[in-house]
Amino acid sequence: MPEPQTVNSGPNPGAQEKFYVRFTREQRYMHAVLFTTFLGLAATGLPMRFSESFWARKFATGVGGFGSILFLHKFFAVVLTIAFLIHLKDIFQRAIINREKGIFWGPTSMVANWKDVKDIVGHMRWFLGLGPKPKFDRYAYWEKFDYWAVFWGMIVIGFSGYAMWFAPFFAHFLPGWALNAVLVIHSEEALLAVLFIFSIHFVNTHLRPDSFPMDMVIFTGVESDHEFEEKRTLEYQRNQAQGTLEKKVGIAPPLWLLNFSKVVGFTAIFIGLTLLVLTLTAYFS
Amino acid sequence: MNEAVRKNAILIIRSLALATGLAVLALAPRTLRAQDCLTCHGDSSMTDSNGHSIFVDGKHFGDSIHGSLQCANCHADIKGYPHPDKVAPVDCKTCHADQATQLGGSVHADSKEHPCTSCHGNAHEIFPKTDARSAVYPLNVPKTCGQCHSNNGMAGKHGLASVYPNYIDSIHGFALSKEGLLVAANCQSCHGSHHILSHTDPASPTYKSNIPQTCGNCHAKINDEYQAGVHGQAIAKGDLKAPVCSDCHTAHAILQPTESAFRMQSTPICGNCHKDKFSTYRDTFHSQLGSLGGYVETARCWDCHGAHDVRPTSDPASPVNPANLIATCGRCHAGANASFVKYQPHANARDRKLNPGLYFVRLFMNLLLASVLTFFLLHTILWLIRSRYQQVKTKGDNGGKHA
Repeated sequence: MPEPQTVNSGPNPGAQEKFYVRFTREQRYMHAVLFTTFLGLAATGLPMRFSESFWARKFATGVGGFGSILFLHKFFAVVLTIAFLIHLKDIFQRAIINREKGIFWGPTSMVANWKDVKDIVGHMRWFLGLGPKPKFDRYAYWEKFDYWAVFWGMIVIGFSGYAMWFAPFFAHFLPGWALNAVLVIHSEEALLAVLFIFSIHFVNTHLRPDSFPMDMVIFTGVESDHEFEEKRTLEYQRNQAQGTLEKKVGIAPPLWLLNFSKVVGFTAIFIGLTLLVLTLTAYFS
Repeated sequence: MNEAVRKNAILIIRSLALATGLAVLALAPRTLRAQDCLTCHGDSSMTDSNGHSIFVDGKHFGDSIHGSLQCANCHADIKGYPHPDKVAPVDCKTCHADQATQLGGSVHADSKEHPCTSCHGNAHEIFPKTDARSAVYPLNVPKTCGQCHSNNGMAGKHGLASVYPNYIDSIHGFALSKEGLLVAANCQSCHGSHHILSHTDPASPTYKSNIPQTCGNCHAKINDEYQAGVHGQAIAKGDLKAPVCSDCHTAHAILQPTESAFRMQSTPICGNCHKDKFSTYRDTFHSQLGSLGGYVETARCWDCHGAHDVRPTSDPASPVNPANLIATCGRCHAGANASFVKYQPHANARDRKLNPGLYFVRLFMNLLLASVLTFFLLHTILWLIRSRYQQVKTKGDNGGKHA
């Protein structure tokens, strides 16, 4: 492994900057599995959703024909389901077994609170120049929304998908019309997920000027002192006040990891944007 | 006169008479035999004054169906040798009057464009249609008709489609050309031979309402099924909007029905008339996956409704009669049960009265999609503008790399 390097950026070029851990290795892997399977599911699902469009049949042929596209879709679905179950197990372990505090409430929780409502309003006021920029904690409201959108989407899309896959079994306890509804639910919710991730998540998290061209923290797990203070001011200040900031110090991301992350990240963004364009052309034609 | 002299005299007289008779016989005009004509026409280099070959292969002619005839039987104006330079064209109807009459009433009536030889081949080498050398032997018929009914063929001049390539790649064409199946339909099996009529002529075997019977000549059981179904009954009543065999299977490019290309092309054909059913079918997973290619396992119209004897849902014999649904759906969906078959393969999520549950689910999903995307699109656009503005304001012209 190469020597840990420091990256010169921010207001003090040349200064040795500290890096703080934001995501664990497991969380980064989880994100990698999530976006890989999501891209796979989108790439194999969209041709089915827009099967009358000019590119769908070509694409289906490209991945090995009409038979394999459904197989691949189910394959990615199973992998993602396993990842989701592992995530649920993690939450259960952290909350119930390890009795970790602050998972379901407090400033470091993913659960929405009153401050998020105030932040939405405050942020919008700042957009329009009507007030100061709100200071965010560990997870900003749009990050919480991303998380819960995926969480809800996973349940909704997953359930409706399995209901179609094993329709005769689900028919034992679902009314007849629900078998019609699951396709509508599956495809509309998936369309929402695709449109949301490939436009709003990409821009909010990666492409907006503050993070452009990509927020590396989900790949490297660490962010610079300057970025931490700028983006998650309240968490930074609270750790400073409690003297726990030093506990969070990690190693600066090595160059290979930065380069590797860029290749992977840009590939994902490129695939996503391509699918977004194809989806929009099919939707509006 | 003694007895011996008398006998010699009789002998001499008889000999003279015989000689005279032979001489008379040899010099008098008589019917020409084929061998006589072949003395000249058997020379393969022989041409007429225009340079056209007038060679006749004596061996082939002798083998042909007309081999026992003499040349002058057909070339009736030739009485002897030498014969005039210009001889009258042979008129086949002298003998084949029935066929000539039939041809006269057909689309091929014009004898200049369609002389008998255009189908039967070289006039001196005509074989019975059961002989593999015949141009109208079943295995040779498509090629013979294809001389005109093909790309750049004579038929094109009359605005007719090139059908030979379609036929030869069809299930009938393959059976005939690849397997040599003599019973496989060739052109004349459907169109007839001498009395070919336009498909717009109600007497034609290819007139719409006659097609089931024409195909039924071979596909008898399918025709029986068809006649029992709603489409067959409509045709029998004279409703020509109903489909016949060729509407789904096409006329010439008939494919094996299990082939993906056939499964791909046929669903929209049903949809030509059953527009609302086709539209709701296209909303389903059956259609979505099916449209991606010839995915054989997804249900197309006929997989549920039956192909030839399509019956009303109320008919107990219909596969989509409520009593038969578990069996019908169960053909693909192992474990299909009473609740499973309540699935509606033609549900309309836009119809509130017909499918209220589905209607509101779709409405909810659409509202969710629209509201989330609208809010966040607006949010993101404003955010982009504002943070860029902030960057430029605090960092100078280009705003710097990071905020």
